[in-house]
Amino acid sequence: MSSVIIDLLGKSPVKPIQEHIGKTYQCSQLLEEFLIAANGNNWQQAAKLQAQIVEAENQADEIKHAIRANLPKSVWMPFARSDVIELLTVQDRMANKAKDIAGLMLGRKMVFPQSMAASAQQMLKLSIKAAEKAKDAISELDELLESGFSGKEIDLLQGLLNELDKIERDSDKAQVVIRADLLALENDLPAVEVMFLYRIIDLIGDIADVSQQIGNRLLLLSSK
Amino acid sequence: MSEIISQYGTILLALACVFGFFMAYGVGANDVANAMGTSVGARAITIKQAIVIAMVFEFAGAYLAGGEVTSTIRSGIINADTAGFDTNPELLVYGMLASLLAAGTWLLLASWKGWPVSTTHSIIGAIIGFAVVGISADSVEWGQVSSIVASWVISPVVSGSIAFILFLSVQYLVLDTEDPFANAKKYIPGYIFLVGFTIAMVTLVKGLRHVGLDLSFGESVFYSILAGFVTMAIGYYLVSKIEEDPHEDPNNRFASLERLFGVLMIFTACSMAFAHGSNDVANAIGPLAAINGVVQSGGVFDTQSALPVWILLLGAGGIVIGLATLGYRVIVTIGRNITELTPSRGFAAELAAATTVVIASGTGIPVSTTHTLVGAVLGVGIARGIGALNLRVVGKIFLSWIVTLPVGAALSIVFFFLLRFIFG
Repeated sequence: MSSVIIDLLGKSPVKPIQEHIGKTYQCSQLLEEFLIAANGNNWQQAAKLQAQIVEAENQADEIKHAIRANLPKSVWMPFARSDVIELLTVQDRMANKAKDIAGLMLGRKMVFPQSMAASAQQMLKLSIKAAEKAKDAISELDELLESGFSGKEIDLLQGLLNELDKIERDSDKAQVVIRADLLALENDLPAVEVMFLYRIIDLIGDIADVSQQIGNRLLLLSSK
Repeated sequence: MSEIISQYGTILLALACVFGFFMAYGVGANDVANAMGTSVGARAITIKQAIVIAMVFEFAGAYLAGGEVTSTIRSGIINADTAGFDTNPELLVYGMLASLLAAGTWLLLASWKGWPVSTTHSIIGAIIGFAVVGISADSVEWGQVSSIVASWVISPVVSGSIAFILFLSVQYLVLDTEDPFANAKKYIPGYIFLVGFTIAMVTLVKGLRHVGLDLSFGESVFYSILAGFVTMAIGYYLVSKIEEDPHEDPNNRFASLERLFGVLMIFTACSMAFAHGSNDVANAIGPLAAINGVVQSGGVFDTQSALPVWILLLGAGGIVIGLATLGYRVIVTIGRNITELTPSRGFAAELAAATTVVIASGTGIPVSTTHTLVGAVLGVGIARGIGALNLRVVGKIFLSWIVTLPVGAALSIVFFFLLRFIFG
């Protein structure tokens, strides 16, 4: 049984986009426990969490591929096709950063120096908060569509994005502080270890950056 | 008095009744589903309600407003004078029978293959086919035919534009406001008025002569406004019973709002069924009416006499029986698969399509209800109302036009010569 009307109504990418960020957010969220485990030298637990992050990242990849496969040029959407693909790419980056952090730290059995552990944890928390805000913004996408991308909904989205910007700025500040802490300890630590700690700090900060980019992409997509 | 008509008249008319009935049955079994499925998919009405609404309003549309299109198909496409039906009236009878058979065969094949073929296009193609080959190219009213074919492009565009404007008005009046729920309560009865008014207007201006009601234009306007207010009052009552529940669905702030639009969709579903009945019944009974005219008058192709009521009833009955026996299954399938079209969009699409089709019915132009609905859904999509639309369907529809006209014509030519061979 087929009908033109059924054929005409394609599968909206909105729900899958939301599922996708659900998975990438899960990756960054798992980092919190992972960092606690790593800093506590509990590598068994860390390995378990890293495996969960990899698993969630794989699932996100699958969702991304499925969305792309369902977006031929003949599908007409209330937003530009290129914007959807761009948004997915940025969302994907969130999961990749989380995977990189977990992989790197587990692989090298990295531990933050005792004096820095708390502030590292704090900075990661900010990044995860930013990621959560990005997820909240994306979860507005179905309401945006439902309202026909009305000015009211765009304002609401704008409000969420302002909060996101603020968290990202806080995260930047935290990063400056933690870098200064590391600088002070630099001479007492193995050089290679320090290099990689800087790298981890970068990656944690990247999660907040990526979250902000997701928000901007969403705004662009909505105000076509 | 033609010999063939006096000898075989009754048999030919009986055949026409059977074929016409089955054609109507096919319309009821297949086409209605697209018209009703939208409302079912939006959860505005249940399957059972959809069937009851479809039965009542398909019947009403066919009976009250189906006359104009029927007379177009019956006598508007072939010119009786140039066709020479005075001397060979049986040619018209064969031709119309052949057209019914051709369209029926093609539709069976198409629905089996799942092609988006229109009943209207099939029957028009078939009539043109037998007229050109069986009689002469001059016998076809090409002016009329070209305006019909033009309307197949125009009707989806018009309904798309109406749907676009309707959805923009919903955005402006309801969705993009401080309190969408309160505003929806305020404006939805207004849309319901539009539904009642449009349907009543077309019916009163064009339809009701055969039930013995002949109103002036002014009277029609007056009664239509009255009908609009009556439907609006019913709508107002239904809307007033719906309360906002902010905790209904935490993932969707618009859930309560959609329930309000669901009320509106009950009305647009009725109008859709009415519009469909008023336009598509003619595909089945137009040829039958032509044959009946010739047989009853003993061989005169008479375009003036009124359409007998029993023919309208036969067509309307066929649609309803087709709907009740097979059509509901198709409605279930379509309803289950159309979930993206929420009531606030579905209503705009349905109201736009129904208005366009009902106006076409009033002016006697046979259009495709399904294609008009496709145009309307695209209109909502252009207003950024729908998540994803598969534009390949539009290409498929164009392809089905290009195929249906010659295939319908070719089949009807074959059946025409076959009938002429059998009856002489």
